[in-house]
Amino acid sequence: MNKHLGKQTIRFDNPPVILASSSIVGPREGEGPLATYFDTIIEDELYGESTWEKAESKLIEKALEKVIEKANKTIDDVKYIISGDLLNQLTASTFGIRNFKVPFIGVYGACSTMAESLSVAAIIVEGGFADYVIASTSSHFCCAEKQFRSPLELGGQRPLTSTWTVTGSGAIFLAESGEGPKITYITTGKIVDFNIKDAMNMGAVMAPAAADTIINHFIDTERDENYYDLIVTGDLGKVGKELLLDILKQYNYDITSKYMDCGIEIFEADKQDTHSGGSGCGCGAVTLAGYILSEMGKGKWKKVLFVATGAMLSQVSLQQGESIPGIAHAVAIEN
Amino acid sequence: MFFELCTLKTGGFIMDYVNAFIVGGIICVIGQILLDKTQLMPARILVLFVTLGVILTALGIYEPIVNFAGAGATVPLPGFGYALAKGVINEVNTEGFMGVLTGGLKATAAGISAVIVFGYIIALIFNPKAKA
Repeated sequence: MNKHLGKQTIRFDNPPVILASSSIVGPREGEGPLATYFDTIIEDELYGESTWEKAESKLIEKALEKVIEKANKTIDDVKYIISGDLLNQLTASTFGIRNFKVPFIGVYGACSTMAESLSVAAIIVEGGFADYVIASTSSHFCCAEKQFRSPLELGGQRPLTSTWTVTGSGAIFLAESGEGPKITYITTGKIVDFNIKDAMNMGAVMAPAAADTIINHFIDTERDENYYDLIVTGDLGKVGKELLLDILKQYNYDITSKYMDCGIEIFEADKQDTHSGGSGCGCGAVTLAGYILSEMGKGKWKKVLFVATGAMLSQVSLQQGESIPGIAHAVAIEN
Repeated sequence: MFFELCTLKTGGFIMDYVNAFIVGGIICVIGQILLDKTQLMPARILVLFVTLGVILTALGIYEPIVNFAGAGATVPLPGFGYALAKGVINEVNTEGFMGVLTGGLKATAAGISAVIVFGYIIALIFNPKAKA
């Protein structure tokens, strides 16, 4: 049977099961509205390490340990770890998991990484290549500022359209069978570039990519917005949210009543001074692993379309005046 | 009455403060407008301001501003450009054409060395922290 539908979508006939999920966040996220949903809230951004980068690796390590524990498995059961982050050469992931001695596939999708790693993990499990696979990702505010903007020591101002990179890591334990929500479809995004060059306005970069993936998901699966209880994007923020809803309305999809953005949910923007909202790989990851999956377990939502969005820029591409391409990957999670 | 007294006793130092405040403030406001209303990154604004300082000094425009506002014009970024240009002009007058290459750095050597020395000391003493 052909599992590939239309242009970008894969259907899973034996849907992989989310056995467990874990989330670990920084202090600012721990003061936000979703605080009670996270497994661990660290007390300071350095997490007892000497550098921000070491702290981020430790976030991944702890998230993975926690998810294995919550799934009632051991590290030896895990056949693959699929992970990625925002640092050069994915060092947060590779350094974080180096003691686990588990086959590793590194993925980079900027802030869309959670959906990307989950997609790859789901394909491996459903294909029968492994029974247990972990998908994870992380981001750290202080590392990301250094990587993409300017070092914290510069103390520069942040414009109101800018987002705040979430410090945190989320991990999801996928299994061939068992109890839990299932991954039924994935829609893999393509690079979408509307020639935007403002690195302080990622919402505008990623909204067209999110719209493209959502529309193609609907077309490929012959579903529409009425099928889902919740359609959630990774980190569009306030600016990107309005854009996405507008674009989708032009294509006659009105998702307003079912729509949520992890970047808006994770912080209380007015009180926490985070401007347009949260962002980063960790934003979608901890919101999915902490908030959304646990509410799905309680029955608040049954059919969720998780669409993580990424801005595929680098410091070099930015300095050379290139525009910023966006991407979005969708994962349908159903009880 | 108080104001006149101050002016009499101190040779107008109150007005020095006011002038420095206004001119320094205007330069910073221009920077803030550029940050808010354009997509210029801070590093580009920095280079722009220093270069403008050099050009305005060469055209003889910045010198009167410095005379009027003192530190209000020499401390902000264009002031560094002013020091560079002034150094070159003086060096060319005394040492000849090679002053074009040597004058700028000579005149700003104290500032540049101070940045390196204090930057190093601060980096030794303090660690960066997450934004509160």
